[in-house]
Amino acid sequence: MAAIEVVGLGKAYKKYPNPWARLAEWVDPWSRPRHRLHWVLEEVSFTVQPGEAVGLVGLNGAGKSTLLKLIAGVAEPTRGVVRLQGRVAALLELGLGFHPDFTGRQNALLAGQLLGLSAEQVRALLPQIEAFAEIGEYFDEPVRVYSSGMQVRLAFAVATVVRPDVLIVDEALSVGDAYFQHKSFDRILEFRAQGTTLLFVSHDKASILRLCDRAILLEGGRVAMEGAPESVMDFYNARIADRGTGVVQEPLADGRVRTRSGSGEAKIEAVRLLDEAGRALAVVRVGQAVRLEVEIACQEAVPELVAGFMIRDRMGLPVFGTNTFHLGAVRRDLAPGARLRVCFALEANVGVGSYSVTVALHRGDTHVSGNYDWWDHAVVFEVVNADRPTFVGTACLPVAVRWEEG
Amino acid sequence: MWRALWAYRGFVWGSVRREFDARYRHSLLGASWAVLQPLAMIVIYTVVFSRVMHSRLPGVSGDFAYSIYLCAGVLTWGLFAEITGRAQNVFLEQANLLKKVSFPRLCLPVIVVASAVVNFVIIFGLFTAFLILVGAFPGWAFVALLPVLAVEVLLAVGLGVTLGVLNVFFRDVGPFYAVVLQFWFWLTPIVYPASILPQWVQPWMCWNPMAQLVGAYQRILVEGAWPEWKGVGAVALLAIVLCLLGWRLFRVHAGEMVDEL
Repeated sequence: MAAIEVVGLGKAYKKYPNPWARLAEWVDPWSRPRHRLHWVLEEVSFTVQPGEAVGLVGLNGAGKSTLLKLIAGVAEPTRGVVRLQGRVAALLELGLGFHPDFTGRQNALLAGQLLGLSAEQVRALLPQIEAFAEIGEYFDEPVRVYSSGMQVRLAFAVATVVRPDVLIVDEALSVGDAYFQHKSFDRILEFRAQGTTLLFVSHDKASILRLCDRAILLEGGRVAMEGAPESVMDFYNARIADRGTGVVQEPLADGRVRTRSGSGEAKIEAVRLLDEAGRALAVVRVGQAVRLEVEIACQEAVPELVAGFMIRDRMGLPVFGTNTFHLGAVRRDLAPGARLRVCFALEANVGVGSYSVTVALHRGDTHVSGNYDWWDHAVVFEVVNADRPTFVGTACLPVAVRWEEG
Repeated sequence: MWRALWAYRGFVWGSVRREFDARYRHSLLGASWAVLQPLAMIVIYTVVFSRVMHSRLPGVSGDFAYSIYLCAGVLTWGLFAEITGRAQNVFLEQANLLKKVSFPRLCLPVIVVASAVVNFVIIFGLFTAFLILVGAFPGWAFVALLPVLAVEVLLAVGLGVTLGVLNVFFRDVGPFYAVVLQFWFWLTPIVYPASILPQWVQPWMCWNPMAQLVGAYQRILVEGAWPEWKGVGAVALLAIVLCLLGWRLFRVHAGEMVDEL
């Protein structure tokens, strides 16, 4: 039995040309429909298994929040059904509908009851809520004097005071200070480990990659892609760069998906990771000097060409990246048919693990303004520690140690 | 539906208590405001009508007769006005909650009714104490207040929920009802006796459900007599029809409601 099952979900808002049209439709039983349906979600289907964590991504207006509202039962779907298993806690639009005139304590009490707890249970849990929210004396002040960060703290503390079977979160993690973000993130990770099913919306790639088993990309109210978080995020990233131009994805041997996108004025022909002697590398020693070579062919006249690369860890999180714009080496006015090669020489001062390299050709300082070609997982390599003292993490920092007698 | 409401009884009860606290505990004079407001109104009307204009209730003597007559109408009208006035606005007022939390929306009108009834019981309890004190307690007829009050609450709920749902979709309903309520108050024999109305108006009065109910209260409290059950029964029928209408409107449009908030 799935924890969340969404079948053929659709949501349409009724648009009336004027208020009288609605009145006419209500009063006259034989009236033809006078409204237009504005569909914000269409034919959305997916299932989330118990204990799974799924991230929803998409541009603003793609229907993410509407979808969460339908799943949380706040709004009613026009079509389709939502089936949920177990106790659900939802944090929508960063709040629990607190009443501004009542204190945090009173609001916590009522909000807890709305989440399906009894008054005695909530009362017993109030100290925990107070401790987690960490808003101090404000807990007994009216909510209207709270900052937005404090409201989120309180809402999160109430919604998660008892581990729900299903937790639905709408961007609440991106609000609040870094301290509370870490704290709430830890709580979610803890719930995950205990088997809570998680569905959340985020624009933050790092939290999607860290938390989710799967990601769903919504575009124009439909599911555009569903799959491993890394490949969905790469696809999403590519779509942000060039809305409309083709994005191609091909599966790699290790199960990952290579995303390639771009307008194609200049194309990446080949990408190689070489050692100092020019031999291709698949395994790199920590701190080894390496060379990243990118073969480029211009299909059309290119007024400005910037080449960039990014090294990403196993989770897809960026470890290091830069481009020739920032390095002060932009090529201009290239003729059609021009072929050239860019070489980045660097030392692999990264920790032990598996890494992949993303390579991009574009205009300006980022790929967003004009993306010619973008390759994810262009090169994959393994880093081993052969001759350095043991360390953990993805960065290899030079360290000197000295003992001093106190 | 009823089971869902029962499951959320803790929330309903908590909300009623919270409103009670807000009204009575967080002001310096506390509960006295609940008494002072209607008391001021009754004093003004008594002074203006009874002393200044020397109007007398025909057929009833006694120092407090007019005051009792006035209270019988003003206090019960207050209950009706509070339930309908708040119920017609409750979905808009609680938009913030409706948009964020999933719960039986019927909780909201239930909270409104429960709060209003609690307030009414407080004020009316004081009024009853006053009746006993001045020796004007109506005796056994007092029991008849309960069914009449039940009919009034039913009428107020039916009308309030109907208006409440309509108000979400047609925002003119709120201000329109505020105006209607003013006219309705003065078109109901509350501060004046029905007998002073011109002859041609009298037959029309039976079409005003509140006139029937207020008339029943006045009969019970001023004359100590049993009310005319026929009129009350007719209002009960109307109340049931309104409740069914409100229920239907709510059932059909509850889903759409959140989209409009």
